[in-house]
Formats: sequence, structure tokens, C-alpha cells
Amino acid sequence: MADHSSARGAPAAKGSAPPRKTSFLNDQRVRGVLYQILTIGAVVAVGWYLVHNTLTNLAARDIATGFGFLDREAGFDISESVIEYSPADTYGRVLLAGLLNTLKVSIIGIVLATLIGTIIGIARLSNNWLVAKLSSVYVEAMRNVPLLLQLFFWYAIIGVALPHPREALEPVEGWFLSNRGFRFPYPVWETGWTLAVIGLVLAAVITWWLNKRAARIQGETGRRPNVLIPGIALFIGLPVILWALGGAPTAIDVPEMAGFNFRGGASVSPEFAALLLGLTLYTAAFIAEIVRGGILSVHYGQTEAAVALGLKRGLVMRLVLLPQALRVIIPPLTSQYLNLTKNSSLAIAIGYPDLVATANTSINQTGQAVEGVAIIMATYLTVSLSISAFMNWYNSYIALRGGRS
Amino acid sequence: MRQEERDARNPAYTHIEEPDEPTAGHPTQRVWDMLGWTKKHLFSSIPNTIATLVCLYLLWLIIPPFLDWAFLSAIWSSDTPDACKVDGAGACWAFVEQKHRFILFGLYPFDEQWRPMTAVVLFIAALAASCYPPFWSKWLIPLWAVVLTVCGVLMYGGVFGMTYVDNTQWGGVPLTLILSVTGIGLAFPLAVLLALGRRSNLPAIKTICVTFIELIRGVPLISVLFMASIMFPLFMPEGVTVDKLLRAIVGIMLFTSAYLAEAIRGGLQSLPRGQYEAADSLGLSYWQKTRLIVLPQALRIVIPPLVNQFISTFKDTSLVIIIGLFDLLTSAKTALADPEWRQFYAESYIFAAILYFSFAFFMSRYSQFLERRLNAGTRR
Repeated sequence: MADHSSARGAPAAKGSAPPRKTSFLNDQRVRGVLYQILTIGAVVAVGWYLVHNTLTNLAARDIATGFGFLDREAGFDISESVIEYSPADTYGRVLLAGLLNTLKVSIIGIVLATLIGTIIGIARLSNNWLVAKLSSVYVEAMRNVPLLLQLFFWYAIIGVALPHPREALEPVEGWFLSNRGFRFPYPVWETGWTLAVIGLVLAAVITWWLNKRAARIQGETGRRPNVLIPGIALFIGLPVILWALGGAPTAIDVPEMAGFNFRGGASVSPEFAALLLGLTLYTAAFIAEIVRGGILSVHYGQTEAAVALGLKRGLVMRLVLLPQALRVIIPPLTSQYLNLTKNSSLAIAIGYPDLVATANTSINQTGQAVEGVAIIMATYLTVSLSISAFMNWYNSYIALRGGRS
Repeated sequence: MRQEERDARNPAYTHIEEPDEPTAGHPTQRVWDMLGWTKKHLFSSIPNTIATLVCLYLLWLIIPPFLDWAFLSAIWSSDTPDACKVDGAGACWAFVEQKHRFILFGLYPFDEQWRPMTAVVLFIAALAASCYPPFWSKWLIPLWAVVLTVCGVLMYGGVFGMTYVDNTQWGGVPLTLILSVTGIGLAFPLAVLLALGRRSNLPAIKTICVTFIELIRGVPLISVLFMASIMFPLFMPEGVTVDKLLRAIVGIMLFTSAYLAEAIRGGLQSLPRGQYEAADSLGLSYWQKTRLIVLPQALRIVIPPLVNQFISTFKDTSLVIIIGLFDLLTSAKTALADPEWRQFYAESYIFAAILYFSFAFFMSRYSQFLERRLNAGTRR
């Protein structure tokens, strides 16, 4: 279409065109404009019709429009929340709590699925027949069964197969597995622990910088300074020093039975565990296929060259194959991350209070369906676009460093 | 590239040893070949041997108890759940025996269930026929028209002495198939238009198509289904009601069309520019060019991604449980609501999973077959 109309439309625009031989309506440009006007007209008409009907219906049912309901008291409780929440809080806050739950499960899921998926993708290419076969059985089984069915299955396993809290499994002293979820000892949070976390982050940043410096020095002099030992020292030393500076807190909250349930410690709810398990295992199968495809896309001459240089198998993979495969892997990997985030909305089916579940309850209580669905859609769009933007940035970052062959 | 070819060419995946020569004949030689294969593929180095042993140990942990549970100690037939509740009893396939009609056909009237059964068999037969390349001809279109009409008549009834069954009573496998087929079937033409629109140089049309595609692809299917189920009634003028099944189909259709459109766009982009120019130089109009030159080639290229999208949509139909339709997954879950049989969730979900798996696995293998067949002419 592009070539067509511009080829015939351009001379007319210059004004030096020969007299028009065809009729006015057969002119490509005129037709293009007409088509567009017609399409816009149709879309606007349909949109107006729907909006009109909706407004009439809402008026007939006495439902107020607008987002004013966000400031009203929600009145319902949710089973878990990252932030403080009680039924006396507003709808706005319950939706925020839901969104944070969505983000929590998505982020942990993305990290775990990437790890498992990469391992399985590489395992499928193993020259060990058993390892390769087992990984492909895993991939086929996971990819061909609906995620929702898998979620129900995991949720049922946790809910039915695990014992009641009274007879909870205790694999390690103080760690309890029951059908109410997983409970484990957790330090009583004080400044020392916060400082220790900051220490870990600092150690990671400094090690990253040391690595870059080592690579630069290796490039200039051919000698690579040792990073491993300073790295380990940093990762252990910094958090410990900061923890000690923060008063060296040692109190640990150990869960114990109280009545029919546990008290104390930190817990992972059965809903969260089932959702995370399902999402991770399902997405890992897709990521495995992407990783495998990416590695296969690297020309085998690269491997031959690396082997000829005397690199070991693991180094061939880490230094030669994976960096080149990453360029092929990143775009489809991005869409898997998006899929995982969007699939986390299946939480509603097993009762994990994510954004969709809290919005659904709000819709049922207030009748504000249009606003509720709009909030869900707008939020997911924002999250999707942010993940895309970040992954696009990362993609261009590694593409630049790699250069094009 | 096939696994063997790659292995043979790529030293990273095989070890640099002498390849095993295909030696024929003597039994002793065959035993040596087998041992050689085992050494090369399982025990070629120390890490490899460790990996093999770890895998064997895991299999030993999983497989014997599973076989014992699923087959040896399983209760295959019983009218009451008591037989399954004794100590040491394995899988309770008696549950599936008791509930299979409910899981397969949902709430469809019990005495009339031969009708959905026939419809499903007919449908699968037509599907199998359409997958067989020698049968690819124009006759498939009238065939499908007839098959779908017969299926519709069988499901609804109301003629030829069959009682009328409202679609609120449909369920199980037929409903899953109906949702997938109508969802994909209706999405396809819309997807072609969207893909063409996205490649159009008319800015208004392009903007509308891009907005629609990106909007739908950015949100989860659940939110689209919510929109279809909660907001659809608000969109309609007063007094008009749209039944739940149709609303779900519209939701699935809108969602699938955006993804299909992106797959088709890939095909449109991969066509050489010369094809467009040749069509223009012949003086074909836009629609002639699209219908005769562009689409036949582009759609052929994208058959494998289209089949992958079909598999996704097929699996995604299980989400209608959230808006209260009675598909295969819903009936498998509802069968567990019977307090007597509640603990046999694994049997129920495994049964449903096997059904889903068979369809999806067949489709994915078929797509690989098509890929090989379609590439046969262009392979270098």
C-alpha cells in the first residue's frame, strides 16, 4: 500500500502533474483520505454508542461514575499484604496493596524462572542423553498443560496433602510446613539488619566495579587481577561490619504453636507458594526453549574457535556462547517476563489477593465496573510498558558492547 | 537443524572422540555398539557420569513410587470411595470412572450426552482430515460448514426429536473446543485486517490498529474477560442481553486477534519487497494485490507461529472458570466438590491434564511437521 499511493500521489503534490486522467474518486490519495475518514467515523460512532449506552445504564442503576470511590472505606480484609492494611482503609489503599502483591510474586517469579529456565535450556543441549531427555520431558509437560490447571494442582497439593498445623512437618528445628503455609524463624528487625542489607548491596556494587576494572586491566596488560578473594571478603565483611556497627542485634523470632495456628516467625502463605511455584515452573519451560534457541543460533564456528583456543566446555558456554546468544534471547525473554506478570493475575482463582482480585472485590461491592476494569488495564499497561522499556534499554546496552559482526 | 546434525558438527555438544561407526551384523558387535553409545552419551567424562548418576537417582526416587501409585496399587473400579481410602491404596481411578461423564460433558443432561459425544468425535475427525496434506483442497470449506452446522444442531437440539438444551448447560470438553474454535476462527479474519492495518500508510488506520494491538497485548486475558463479562451488559442498550457464552467468545476473540495479528505481521514483513513491486507493476489494486500475492505467501510463512498461538488460545480457554463458564477445567474442579471424593484431586487434575496435553502436544508436533514440510522447498 505504501509504495502504491506515494508513487501516484507524489507528482500531483508537486503541482507539475499531468492532467488527471482518472475520475476524482479513483485517485489514490483522495481514496486514502476517504477511507481514513470513514474508519475514524465508524470507530467514533461505535465508541459513542457504547459510551452512551453505558451512561444510560449506569444512570438507570443509580451508579455514580468517577473515581471518587477510591477514597471510601473498603471494609473488606485481605489475607496478606506487603504494606499495613486493615478493612478500615480506603479502596485506593487496598488496590495499592493488591498491586504490591502482584509485583512481589512477579519479581520473585521472574528471577526464579530465569534461573531454572536457563539451567534447563542448557541441559537440553547437553551431550548427556539422560539429562537432555529429562529436560525435554519437563518442557513438553509444562508447556502443554494450562497454567491455571497447574495452579489448582499445586494449591490442592499444599491444601490437602500437607498436614494440619498441629501435625506440621518440621524438617529443620523451627521451620514448619503445614497446609497453612510455610513458617520459618526470622530475625526481629532492627537497624543492624537494615545496615547489613545495605552492606550486601554495597558489596555487590563494589564487586561489579572491581570486575570491570579487572577486565580493563586484562585488556591493557594481559594480566587479570584476582577478583574472587576480594569479592568474597567484601560480601562477608561489609554486612558483618555494618551489622556490628548497628548494635549487632541477635534476637530471632521463632514460630511456635499457639492454639490452632502458629505465632511468630515469618510465613509464606499457601496461596503465594502455589502461585509462585506454578508461575515459575510454567514460565521456566518457555524460557528454556528461548535459551536453547538462542544458543543454537550462535554459529558453530564460534564454538570451534573457542575449543581451538583451549577453553573448557564451561568457559566456552560462559565466555563465547552465552554473550552472543543473549542478543537473540533478550527480546523473546522480555515477552516471557511480561507473560509471567500478566499470568500472575490468575491469582484470583486460588485466592491470592493480587491487583485483579482486590479490584474484583471492589467492583462487586461498589458496582463501579468500568472504573475497576480501567484501573486493572491501566496498571498492567504501565507495568508492561516499564518492563519493556527496561529490557529494551538492556538489549541496546548489550548490543552496543557486542557490536555487530 | 536436527539434533543429530548439530551434534555431529558442533564440538561443544559432542566430545571429540571417534564417532561410532555404523557397524552391522554380529550380535557381539551390537552389544559393543550399545556399550559404546552408553559410554559416549552417558559416561564420557567425570562430570557427565556424575550428572547421569544424579539423574538416575532422581528417577529412582520418583518413578517406582509413581508407578506403584498410578498403576500397581491403583483402584481402578469401585462404586464408593471407601475402597480407595484403605491404607496403601494408590491412585483412585474409580473416581474418574464414577465422574468421567461429568468431567467430559459438565451439566449437559445425562441421557442426552451422546449428542456432545457425537459432536466431539465428528469435530475431531474433521480436524484430523484437515491436518492431512493430501486432503488440502477447497472441499474443506464446505466440509467444515457442514460439520460445524451438525455440531451446532447436536448441541442445541430442538429439531429431529432432540430436546432443546440451552448453552448454559453445555460444559466439559465440547465447551472447551467450542470456545477455542470459535475464538480462533473469528479472531483470524480480524487479525488479518489488523495486521494489514498496522502495515498501512494511512496514519489514522495505522494508529487505530497499533493502539488496539498494543492495548490488548499489554493486559492479561482475565481483564479482557472481565470486561466482556462485567462491562458488556453495560455497553448494550436497555433490554438487550447477550448470553454468557457469547460474551466469553467475544473476549477470547479480541484477545487472540491481537496476538495473531502480530504473528501475521511477521509474515507480511518477511515478504521480499519485489513481490509488492511486481504486483504494483501488474496494475493490481490494493485488495487484489493483498488477496492474490501477499496473503497467500505471508500466511504460509507464519503457519508455525499461528499454530503456537492456537495452542496458547486452547490453553487460555481454561480461564473462563473465572467468569463462571463450565469448561473442562471447571468440571474437573467441580467434580471434586463432592465431599465423599474430595481428596482425589490429583486423579481429577491428572485426567484433565492428560486431555489438554494430548490436544496441545498433537498441535505442537503437527506444527513442527508443517514447518519441515513447508521448508522442504526452500531448504539450502
